[in-house]
Amino acid sequence: MDKKIPAVSLHGITKTFGSTVANDKVDLDIYRGEILALLGENGSGKTTLMNMLSGIYFPDAGQIAIDGKDVVIASPKDAFDLGIGMIHQHFKLVDVLTATENIVLGLEGKLDLKAAAAKIRSICDAYGFEVDPNQKIYDMSVSQKQTVEIVKVLYRGADILILDEPTAVLTPQETEKLFTVLRNMRNDGKAIVIITHKLHEVEAISDRVSVLRHGQHISDLTTARTNAQEMTNMMVGHAVTLNIDRPAPFNPKPRIVVEGLTVRSSDGILKLDDVSFTANSGEILGIAGISGSGQKELLEAIAGLQPVESGSIFYVEDDGHRQELLQKDPQEIAALGVSLSFVPEDRLGMGLVGSMDLSDNMMLRSFRRGHSVFTDRKTPHHLAEKVVKELEVSTPSIATPVRRLSGGNVQKVLVGREISSAPTVLLTAYAVRGLDINSSYTIYDLINRQKKSGVAVIYVGEDLDVLLELADRILVLCGGKVSGIVDGKKAQKNEIGMMMTRLGGEA
Amino acid sequence: MNKKSHTPLIHISKRGLLPWYQAWAIRGGAIVAALVLCALITMLVTGLNPIQVYVTIFEGSFGSSRRAWVLFQNIAILLCVSLAVTPAFKMRFWNIGGEGQMLIGGLATTACMILLGDKLPNAVLIPIMVAASLAAGAIWGGIPAFFKARWNTNETLFTLMMNYIATQLVAYFIIIWEVPKGAGQIGIINQSTQAGWLPTIGSSKYLLNILIVAVICGVMYIYLTYSKHGYEIAVVGESERTARYVGIKVERVIIRTMLLSGAVCGLAGMLLVGGTDHTLTTTITAGRGFTAVMVSWLAKFNPLWMIFTSFLLVFLQRGAGQISTNFGLNQSFSDILTGVILFFIIGSEFFVSYQINFRKSTNKEAR
Repeated sequence: MDKKIPAVSLHGITKTFGSTVANDKVDLDIYRGEILALLGENGSGKTTLMNMLSGIYFPDAGQIAIDGKDVVIASPKDAFDLGIGMIHQHFKLVDVLTATENIVLGLEGKLDLKAAAAKIRSICDAYGFEVDPNQKIYDMSVSQKQTVEIVKVLYRGADILILDEPTAVLTPQETEKLFTVLRNMRNDGKAIVIITHKLHEVEAISDRVSVLRHGQHISDLTTARTNAQEMTNMMVGHAVTLNIDRPAPFNPKPRIVVEGLTVRSSDGILKLDDVSFTANSGEILGIAGISGSGQKELLEAIAGLQPVESGSIFYVEDDGHRQELLQKDPQEIAALGVSLSFVPEDRLGMGLVGSMDLSDNMMLRSFRRGHSVFTDRKTPHHLAEKVVKELEVSTPSIATPVRRLSGGNVQKVLVGREISSAPTVLLTAYAVRGLDINSSYTIYDLINRQKKSGVAVIYVGEDLDVLLELADRILVLCGGKVSGIVDGKKAQKNEIGMMMTRLGGEA
Repeated sequence: MNKKSHTPLIHISKRGLLPWYQAWAIRGGAIVAALVLCALITMLVTGLNPIQVYVTIFEGSFGSSRRAWVLFQNIAILLCVSLAVTPAFKMRFWNIGGEGQMLIGGLATTACMILLGDKLPNAVLIPIMVAASLAAGAIWGGIPAFFKARWNTNETLFTLMMNYIATQLVAYFIIIWEVPKGAGQIGIINQSTQAGWLPTIGSSKYLLNILIVAVICGVMYIYLTYSKHGYEIAVVGESERTARYVGIKVERVIIRTMLLSGAVCGLAGMLLVGGTDHTLTTTITAGRGFTAVMVSWLAKFNPLWMIFTSFLLVFLQRGAGQISTNFGLNQSFSDILTGVILFFIIGSEFFVSYQINFRKSTNKEAR
């Protein structure tokens, strides 16, 4: 084993973007017949490193060797010629073409779709892929599209495969399928790298783990001889506890009552179907479901951003008086005296303005205040200073455009603004997506503090483990319908998983 | 072992945020480089002494007090149109209909001067002209905005088409009002009565226009930078979804901003017709509606910087015209020089954002 020549050997790879060092003298070996997990927090340089291997970026310094020979990879074509294939997070497929047409697209030589389809079938049979070569891309699910991407690089003869966070878009069942074919490919002698920050996946699939932190290669571990705690500590750089607090609900009373909510998208697709539930004050209501099951529409309907077909959304005041929120825009909802905060999924595209600085972003919610035609710049500036101090936002200054901050700091700015208005309802969508462990725990803590001060929190999440630890009750959505509402303290993960895929969770 | 492999000669990487003086050094260097290249071209192509050519360019703008006044008048009108299109651009609404909005403002002014000229005193007529040109421009800018807000039509094509309609309308009315019949032109309007001519300050007929535009410039800067409207425009421009999320009524902002943009364009048309030209032709705008796009972009939509960029463009244009008359060169030659200079100025932005790394010849080859 130790005499094996590595399929890929990176030596002293450095890459900088302006003043940011994305990779700092990284050494890494990738072997055939092995699945290597590249583990690290967001911004630790995993994707940058692999992009240099696949010819998208060119390293500032360092040497890459393939099978012991020094090579220069200056373009994606060079990478292909060396048998390196990368499957990106965002698929690069032409929607109106079939799987086969996409796979042969750009290849030289005579176009023979029949022969190509036959070759695709043989690749599928060899590794256990399920692809219909004649199916159009627009008819495919996300997981099928991903399969096409993998088959595409195999078809072109790649034997070093890099997958960038392949499971981010998959359900637990689809992930299991993917892992099966990855194992088949490994057994066939291919070198496989999987980029991820999910520890349980590392444990499930990889043979070896390389940990990156702040662009530096921290260590290589054999998966079988390590554990989640050790990997986390290496990833973060110090010991962290992996438990989330769940204080008891504080004096829960109905706050938001949703009845028979039905929403169609602008092209007529049913997104929410007769959804009813109650969110209580002083409580966290978790929302679980496969991505695209109506979570976004649900939150946006409550926030007054989504046209609704039928149903009603009531805001219940402390004295039991009900206010209808439907058919009102955010400004009208605020005018009713309802203090509703919303941390949307798309932080820079919806919650904040990327090119504006912290202070101007703080102003988004409050700039209309007062009768003057001019904006009040002082109050938001003080608020920005306060948020930076209290939430420990790391930023060069208040005048830095938020786009230049890291994901975790962007989220702190957004959450900080949203809770600064002392809301009675807090809606959050994927509040910790893409955040490192430290920032995630800051956010959990902030949400819990809101709960303790009597806010009704609706928390849409994708990580079931977190939902089970954080939420008091969990509402499971399945295809726009309520599949069930379970107690967060008693529910089991596989029970929720079943409910996500089948209404009510029955087989 | 690595005989076949070769490092690319250059590769490009993104810079961090440059300190402002470095960024301006790059931009200044670009202008110097452009002038050197222009000098070389001039020498090679015409055999003239480049220094002499530059002196002539300068003289074209500042050679006499009349030339200097014309220079500032031209800057004022161009700046006025640039200021007008800027709120729309900040909103990412590509209003390239400045031409049409100006023309229609000029047409409204002409109509007032011809139809009301002998009926009303100037003290009443001029305010009516101002109001009419503002309204006409606002309508011309408001129509594409309404369609954009309502049905999300493409504003670039729409405003461009509105230009052609405005030109045709002006052509039509020129024939109706032509003096004398069959001349195909209006000639100087109200030459004897000077009805509807904007007053002159002192001896210069240009000074009033320049002062008006200076005020508009200051007001526009304050409007865009400090007002709630200006903030809404910036948010809508950066992200419509964010605007909706905080309850900004995007449709209303689009229409409101384009009404403003069109109105100021219309006013620029009024300044031309009522202030300096006292006539109306289909080409009176001289492409300023399009040049304004460049002025606004080069200044990164900052009204104060636009004073500088509009000066630069007009200065180059006037100087280029001067060399073609002085040295008997074709007008195209001056266009070449202007083109070279603009190419360098715009191109310098690339070097502000990116740096180019050359292959280090030492270690790689030696191994």
